[in-house]
Amino acid sequence: MNEKKELLLQVKHLEVTFGNRSHKFRAVDDVSFDIYKGETFGLVGESGSGKTTIGRAIIRINPISGGEILYKGERISGKISRKKDKALTRQIQMIFQDPMASLNERAKVDYIVSEGLYSGEHRPSEGDRKKAVEESLSDVGLLPEFSSRFPHEFSGGQRQRIGIARALIMEPEFIIADEPISALDVSIRAQVLNLLSRLQKERGLTYLFIAHDLSVMRFITDRIAVIHKGRLVELCDTERLFAAPLHPYTQALLSAIPLPDPISEKKKKLLVYDPSIHKYEDNPPTWTEIEPGHFILANEPELEKYRRQLEKLG
Amino acid sequence: MDTKQEVILSVRDLEVKFNLRGKVLHAIRGVSLDLYKGESLAIVGESGSGKSVFVKTFMGLLDSNGYVSGGSIEYDGKNLAQYTQDKQWRNIRGGQIAMVLQDPMTSLNPLKTVGKQICEALKLHRNMPKKQMKDAAIEILRDVGIPEPEKRFSQYPHEFSGGMRQRVVIAIAVACNPKILICDEPTTALDVTIQAQILHLLKELKEKYDLTTIYITHDLGVVANVADRIAVMYAGDIVEIGTCEEVFYNPQHPYTWALLSSLPQLGVKGQELFSIKGTPPNLFYHVEGDAFAPRNPQALNIDFKERPPYFEVSPTHKARTWLLDPRAPKVEPPESIRNIRNLKPLLNPDFVKTAAGGASDE
Repeated sequence: MNEKKELLLQVKHLEVTFGNRSHKFRAVDDVSFDIYKGETFGLVGESGSGKTTIGRAIIRINPISGGEILYKGERISGKISRKKDKALTRQIQMIFQDPMASLNERAKVDYIVSEGLYSGEHRPSEGDRKKAVEESLSDVGLLPEFSSRFPHEFSGGQRQRIGIARALIMEPEFIIADEPISALDVSIRAQVLNLLSRLQKERGLTYLFIAHDLSVMRFITDRIAVIHKGRLVELCDTERLFAAPLHPYTQALLSAIPLPDPISEKKKKLLVYDPSIHKYEDNPPTWTEIEPGHFILANEPELEKYRRQLEKLG
Repeated sequence: MDTKQEVILSVRDLEVKFNLRGKVLHAIRGVSLDLYKGESLAIVGESGSGKSVFVKTFMGLLDSNGYVSGGSIEYDGKNLAQYTQDKQWRNIRGGQIAMVLQDPMTSLNPLKTVGKQICEALKLHRNMPKKQMKDAAIEILRDVGIPEPEKRFSQYPHEFSGGMRQRVVIAIAVACNPKILICDEPTTALDVTIQAQILHLLKELKEKYDLTTIYITHDLGVVANVADRIAVMYAGDIVEIGTCEEVFYNPQHPYTWALLSSLPQLGVKGQELFSIKGTPPNLFYHVEGDAFAPRNPQALNIDFKERPPYFEVSPTHKARTWLLDPRAPKVEPPESIRNIRNLKPLLNPDFVKTAAGGASDE
């Protein structure tokens, strides 16, 4: 990886818990990763693994109970000044999973897209606002006249574009995309993915891309972190992760990707991850960099084994 | 596959229309299909292509504003297309043809225990004494891979995870020994890992319960593993049908090409992923010619004028496209899907073996 890359977001020993003291549930446990400017960072895991919670903690929806989050070197978790909070709202935006549920059914597209502008420090004039809405709609490939329509008049793919336009109008630097294409048809998935990568190229955006499907990840991300039950188990460059997946959970995820090839698909062996293969009782795992840029959660004997595997691979 | 197979369900020139806001929507436009006993057929298409509507007619589950306006559905010597009352359907639904719906979160009754919901199905169709019913239900739960079925029997749906709930839905569907099992997007709402497990389970059950299965999905990647035959549907019509290998390795219709090339598994990083331009045709209006022509960059003139007939590629493979006409110019399928056969698995198989072996050594 390029060493000169600028750090944008640092997550350090993040912990998020839900419930009260007697019924505590640790959704995110000791998660650390960095995101560099201009890259697409993927976070992949099954439902309930805490991947969405991490996204929501970064954007300050879920309070965190341990660790800290730094944005451009400044702490953004916990108590921060009101001014900083407003600035962050502008800089970090989110795209949600279900385009059917994430748009206000009773508001017109015009309002949905520009609602964020009303909350800013400098409220734009009506003319500027209209112009901004128009621009942002055309950026995502929608017609300006759509702004007077209601969400129910659009198809799933168009609604997701409205969700993206809503994020873009704030001119963010960092976008958290929480399963933006899981609810869409295959053909429309491609359109939305292309749109996201085009916008990244044009505006130098940084993405945190959350998904459960590694096949999509391979296409769009630069680096991937795999999360299981609230803990990161592996983090690596996308290409390297597909070439040398070390953790058994990563391998299980990879083996589950359906192949559009009947012969090899019917021969394929499905791996199921069984956490009990780890012997962590008296030898707890640590988050270790096993090769440059490749992190893994493992204890000493496992690290030995993984190192041998890497050697074999060359 | 044996070519002389017994036909279990035969659809001829089926037409389905919906009355909507004073207009008529022509959802299914003359579809014919033979379903063979013991096969698994996948129906693939975008949302709005009519794939769900098509199979719903087999069970009389169309919304109240929809009706079959022509054609026949032959099953067991009866024409299902003429059924109008629920009473007539009662025998077919569940007992003969059962369905697994997309979203396991909404297709179970949250107020009843899982066991009770399975017993309901058993009571309606199998007429068992109560005590036997419980044992049978537990047996079915075990069949669908739910651990500790005795305990799970008396639990409520909210105590199950998404994948487990889908297993329960499948248990209810197979409880009455149906002949045909229809799975309408059975894994779309699930994670990739769970999806693979559920597909595996459905395959197992098909053998065990001697089922004929129909899968409905928008994702061609999913069906490569489970389908014997694939029917590609577009705008209320089957545009291509063939065995799984034929459709993947030798697709003929431009729409099938488009569906295949938009799979992210085939995408190359840094390049634009293929996407289908435009939107499906509005079925309130009469569709002229090939319905896919307006979105097909290589459409011929005739595609806009006349609806193509089926051209046979092989005895099991036919497609509705003018490209197969001897007079048509030769158009090659897009580059990316030509070498699907040599697609490398995403996970290096040699590598997996060492990893698994290493783990078990310790």
